[in-house]
Order: sequence, then structure tokens, then C-alpha cells
Amino acid sequence: MVTSNESIVRAKANRDNSGPIITAHKLIKTYGSGENQVTVLSDVSFEINQGEFVAIVGPSGSGKTTLMNILGALDTPTSGSYTLDGELVSDLKDDDLATIRNTKIGFVFQSFNLLPRATVERNVRLPLIYSSSLSPRDRKDRINSVVEAAGLSLSKLQNRSNQLSGGQMQRVAIARALVNNPSIILADEPTGNLDQSTGRIVIDTFLRLNRQGRTIVLITHDLNVASNASRIIHIQDGKLISDQVNKDKPQRDVS
Amino acid sequence: MRYLDLLQETSFTLFMNKARSALTILGIVIGIAAVIVLIAVGEGATAAVTQNISALGSNLIVVIPGSATGAVSQGIGTAQTLTMSDASLLQKQLQYVSGVSPELARHFQITYRSSNTNTNVIGANPIYTEVHNVTINNGSFFTQQQDNNLQRVAVLGPAVSELLFGSPYAGVGKTVEINGTIFNVIGVANIKGGTGANSPDNNIYIPLKTAQQYLFGQNQALTSISISAANPQSINLVEQETFNILLAAHGIKNPANADFQLVNQSSIVASLSSTTQTLTVLLGSIAGISLLVAGIGIMNMMLTTVTERTREIGLRKAVGAKKKDIGSQFLNEAVALTLVGGITGILLGLGIIKILSLTHSVTVVTQWWSIIIAFGVSMLIGIVFGYYPAQRAAKLKPIDALKYE
Repeated sequence: MVTSNESIVRAKANRDNSGPIITAHKLIKTYGSGENQVTVLSDVSFEINQGEFVAIVGPSGSGKTTLMNILGALDTPTSGSYTLDGELVSDLKDDDLATIRNTKIGFVFQSFNLLPRATVERNVRLPLIYSSSLSPRDRKDRINSVVEAAGLSLSKLQNRSNQLSGGQMQRVAIARALVNNPSIILADEPTGNLDQSTGRIVIDTFLRLNRQGRTIVLITHDLNVASNASRIIHIQDGKLISDQVNKDKPQRDVS
Repeated sequence: MRYLDLLQETSFTLFMNKARSALTILGIVIGIAAVIVLIAVGEGATAAVTQNISALGSNLIVVIPGSATGAVSQGIGTAQTLTMSDASLLQKQLQYVSGVSPELARHFQITYRSSNTNTNVIGANPIYTEVHNVTINNGSFFTQQQDNNLQRVAVLGPAVSELLFGSPYAGVGKTVEINGTIFNVIGVANIKGGTGANSPDNNIYIPLKTAQQYLFGQNQALTSISISAANPQSINLVEQETFNILLAAHGIKNPANADFQLVNQSSIVASLSSTTQTLTVLLGSIAGISLLVAGIGIMNMMLTTVTERTREIGLRKAVGAKKKDIGSQFLNEAVALTLVGGITGILLGLGIIKILSLTHSVTVVTQWWSIIIAFGVSMLIGIVFGYYPAQRAAKLKPIDALKYE
């Protein structure tokens, strides 16, 4: 079901469907210095286009979390450049990174990270209060449209986050990720804390959003989860070891 | 970040953590109320003492019998060295005085029907009213004529009148028994204030000669001679002259052997005020400690809050909060808590002061500076300890804050 609100969101997301939205060029991340220096990420380069669904996979310790932090503007690379939606993020200072995170990135975390005891509405609104572009009325409309887009019923808006199931909580987190109409959705093991069937619902939500034109970057160690993406990037020992189109991707989600 | 959003986030967080907010507020309330009340009580004690002493009379010098260096066994005022002729001599020779009042005083049993009390009976001349600032509410004070005629008339202090007749200023025209002798009540004095058994409101005044005739005995020496200096500047001069006149009259050459003592009212006021100021300092220190404890409570709450909420800070930063946004949210929470606690504390403190003054149990004087200091200190503590840890947390990298357990 596509509501009118949903189509507004989709139309905005579709505004530019050509050219890379993410350009990572020779990303290097090291910690420490001298003899103790540890290289976590070495010379990683790739591009992600608008509307793609990319999975970044690798075992734990492979550097994929560091890569996610850089892609999410939570951290900056030691060297190399990262451009997101035309902005050279790798050179920005803290407060500008905060603005990038607020306007261009929607996070979905493994552990949901909702405000405890706050209502669904308040959780979804959170990114909006740090950007003052919408009037209160527009905010309300925006919240309603993203809650529906994330596959939640509007009747849940006033439920407290601790009254929801894990699957519902993750969909609240997805709605929150969508609310500022970001350039990319960055999901870090979004099904890691969910059982298989609820995980399936969350993945289906991502697939649906992707079909509506959203760019999705999914970080996971689970190849089954990664198999839903249209492109899979493998990271191991801080290096990009493969980057290929996922031929096995099911053309229709099971619903 | 819009200010309205900031307010919403603040109130939401405070309401979500009701118990924690309430405890923090309670600490501030108790600290501030304690400071305000204790300082008011301390200042009240000073004021009460000063008022009690000025109620005794103005520019007063009191001569009491007995040597300052005399035998230890003698109590003050029990020596028999002051006589009516001393009083007449002072009356004649002293300059710059508005009155010299010879006085006899002793406790006697007073009876009216079934009511009775034991209180201070003062035998005096009519000049007593002038020297001791006694004013009459109902009826009149006795005259020199009544004194000369040994009439058995009495003027009651309002506290005595209330005790015997059920209401202050009542009893004029009635008769009371003082130590078994019947006296007509001809007047009741106005309330002078002061507390305790030594308040002038507990006195009964009777003519001096009548007192000697019926109660004290004919040759009873005077209990004291009160002298009222004409103005505050002449107190020291009058005191010196009195000393010289009495030394000469008693034939004493060495001033160290004087068989009487002079007490100057302003020196009593000074010494008692310093005592009550010590009391204020003591109470103030206790209040200060309770404020400090309240401050540590606030500090503890704020530090715990920030530690507990590191993940929340991480999340807020991840979705776009700047350092400034985090800082102002925590500052706002701290200000809201201390403001609510501070205002409640002030109201509670003023309420307790009101109750104390309405019940007349303790004299209280509200000090506005104590309110300002108490409020200022708690605000400062709340803000510093709310803001500082929040600033530190705001500087954490969002990824580190999110992983914080």
C-alpha cells in the first residue's frame, strides 16, 4: 500500500538517480602511533550510486565497523577522502559532521538505541529537533508518513518504546532514520538482536524502502542477511577483497 | 535547536525520571529552607534580646547594692547599702537626668479568687513610668499623693492581668491579694514585649511607701535605683557623677571598695548582642552545612545522571545533536531542577517563618540576604555540576558514547 505521504517521500528520494552518492577514495584508518600503530582500514575505495542496496560484509575484526563509522560521519579517516552527496565529509569538524549525520544519514543500530520510556512519536521526532527546517505541522505530517513507511501502524505513535516488541522497536528506529529524508540509510547489524522471522520483516522493510528509491548500506557479518542486497562488498583484514553484484538476489521479497 | 524543543526535551526527561528529579529537588528545598529559617531564628534572637533590654527603659543606668569585689556568698541586689536618702541625694545633685527612680523588688504570691501566681512586685515612685517607659493602657498609674497616703493600690503588667483575669488589660477596679494583703487594681500597663519571667509585662507596680509598710518592712534598703539620662550622650557623664556622689555619701575613699555597682544599659545590650550574634553565626553555620550537603546531593545526582545517560548522549549526537545542543539540554535540566527546588525551598522557609511568628513560639526576623545567598549557592552548584559533566559527555565521540555500558 502506497499512501500519498509515502509517495512524497519517495519523490524526494528519487530526485537524482544518477551518479555516485558515496565516493570512498583510498580510505585509511590507523590507531596509535610508532611501533604500536594498528592499521584497521587500508586503502579502501568504492562508489555507491543513488538507489543501490549495498551490503558490506566481513567477519568481526575485519574493519567493517570502522568503515561504517566513517561512512556514518561518526569518525573521520586518517587519510583518503569520503564524499557523501557532494560533501567532502573526511575534512569536516565535529559540529559539521553532526549536521551531516542529521541531514544526510539515517542510522539503524543493532541495539535499536531508542530513547527509553519515550513514545514512538518522540523517538521518531528526535532528529527533527536538531534541524530546524520544518514547521510543527509539517513535522507531524513527516512523522506520520515515515512511521507508515517503516511499516508501523499510526496507532502505535503514543506507545512507549518499552511497550514494543523487538521488531516494532527496530521499525521505530527505521522511521527515525527516515525522518530527515536522508541521502543514505546506514544499518549496522539491524537484525542482530532479532529472531529470524522478525529479522525477515525488518529486511523486507529495507527492501521496500529500496524499491522506493532509498539508498541503503547494510553492514553485517551474516551472509544470509547480506544476500538480500543487490551488491555485496567483502571486507577482510581492513582490505576490500571483493565487490560484486549479487546475482542470487531474490527479485521479489517474500511477504 | 529551537528553544521550544529544548524545553520539551528537558521537561520530558525530568518527568520520565520522576523519582530522581524529586530527590534532587528535595535536597535543594531542604537546604534552602534550612538556611532561611535558621538565619531568621538567629536574627530573631538578636532582635528579641535588644527589644527586651530597650523595654526596660531608655538611657538607663541602674545602681545596685553590693560590692563588685565583695564576698562571694552575697547575691547581686541582696546587700543593704542603698537607701531612700541615696536616691534623694542623686535626685538633687545629678544634672542631665530625666528621672531618678528608687525601687524595691521581690517575688510575692498574688491571688485573685482561685487564680494565683508568683511574680515580681515592684515598689516605686510615679517617676518609675518615665524612667522605664511604662505606659498605661487601662486605668492610671498611682500618684505621689497615693504613695504618701500609703494607699494599697496596684498597677498590673498585662501578662499578670491576663493570668489573673483572663484577658490582658482586664481587672481594673478589682481587688487582688499580694502576699495576703488586699490591693485595689487601678491600672494595667501596655505590653512591652520581651519573653520569659523577667519580661516587664510580668511586673506588678505598687507605691514605694505602701510597699515598705505592708510587704517589705519599714527599713528595707532599696533593691535598685534606676536613673534615666537625659540623652544617650550624657549616659557616661551621669554614670560617673552617680558613682562620685554615692562614694562621697557612703564615705568611701577608695573606688575599689565601693559598696554598690553601676550597670549601664548600652553595655548590657552590647554584650547580649554579641552573644546572640554568636548564636546567629552558629545557626548560620549549621544551615551552611545543610546547604553544602544539599549541594553534594545535587552534584551526585547530576554526575549519576550524565553517566547513566551516556548512551542517550551518544544517540543524540549520532542523529545530529551538536556539542552545544547536548550542553544546553543538560544545563536546562539543571536550571529547571534548581529553580523549582529553590523556589519551593524559599516558599517552605518563609512558610515555616510565618508559622513560627504566628504561634509566637520563637522570634524570627526574615533576612532577605539569606534567601539570596541560599538560592544563589544552590543555583550555582546545580548549574556547575549539571553542566560540567554534560560538557565532558558532549565531547565524547558518538560511537564511544553509544557503546558505553
